[in-house]
Amino acid sequence: MRIAGVEFSSRLILGTGGFPRLETLADAIAASGTEMVTVALRRIDPGARGSLVDVLDAAGVRVLPNTAGCYTARDAVLTAKLAREAFATEWVKLEVIGDERTLLPDAVELVAAAEQLVDEGFVVLPYTTDDPVLARRLEDVGCAAIMPLGSPIGSGMGINNAYNLRLIREQTALPVILDAGVGTASDAALALELGCDGVLCASAISRAEDPVAMARAIRLAVEAGLLARTAGRIPQRLHATASTAEAGVAEFVHPAGGDPDGGPDEYVHPSDPARPLQ
Amino acid sequence: MIIINGEPSDAVAPGATVTELLAALDVPDRGVAVAVDAEVIPRGAWATFAVPDGARVEVLIAVQGG
Repeated sequence: MRIAGVEFSSRLILGTGGFPRLETLADAIAASGTEMVTVALRRIDPGARGSLVDVLDAAGVRVLPNTAGCYTARDAVLTAKLAREAFATEWVKLEVIGDERTLLPDAVELVAAAEQLVDEGFVVLPYTTDDPVLARRLEDVGCAAIMPLGSPIGSGMGINNAYNLRLIREQTALPVILDAGVGTASDAALALELGCDGVLCASAISRAEDPVAMARAIRLAVEAGLLARTAGRIPQRLHATASTAEAGVAEFVHPAGGDPDGGPDEYVHPSDPARPLQ
Repeated sequence: MIIINGEPSDAVAPGATVTELLAALDVPDRGVAVAVDAEVIPRGAWATFAVPDGARVEVLIAVQGG
């Protein structure tokens, strides 16, 4: 996966939110094989223990700051600039939320913020709805990737509109990274099968009963989904297509009086009782 | 008085630099960003930028987040 000229061998981006302990986060990073993790900025808490930055340094992963919690373009731009100072990176996962209950993006503010940040030299990775038209707007203002949701953040509902993801994939040459909604490994596999370049996953891993095992499961699912896509799946059909040769089937002549365990003497065809089943 | 993260603070007197303010709060030097009155103070200006009286200072640090 290549984003803004940087090559990633892992197609899984890990969100660090929700891990109960920094030790678990470190183990999940290792199990996931990820090369980039998201972080946020919040007011300093004098009682906080342990350094997230030290853990991420030790893991050797790239940091992708987010603008989580921002509801306006103005706040998101300011937060991105603060993150640039804090983490010495111009990369930003741009989130501009429009609704508290669903955490769905505010399309108008998102495009405005993306445009300003691109103008100021940021590498903008926008968290967006799965709207292909909005995706095109984000591409037009110079974003480095499109990161559509599958379903709302933390909902674990997977991909609600595979059709839209396919349209986004079809129309853009930018990397497409599924950014929210993954609940379990199969959702991540489906994203890759649909043509996404990668998956960003936080809650599905961090809030799983065993986050480290789920990190490995989703890593393998991403690999499996990509492999399946490149392998070329069979078309979906309404009716069966036999995989075993139909010629040369044996013919059995049963003795009169029915079978030994007392079943019916003669089977009937389900759609035509007058016609014996062959 | 300087307002730090929404609370009036006497950690440092008005006129202190950002560097002095962070030292007084015992803030780690990595993964930290500072805004004064909604303007980002670049790291390179921390040693010289004097925080005026009544300023609203945001001191932010890296936390876990998706």
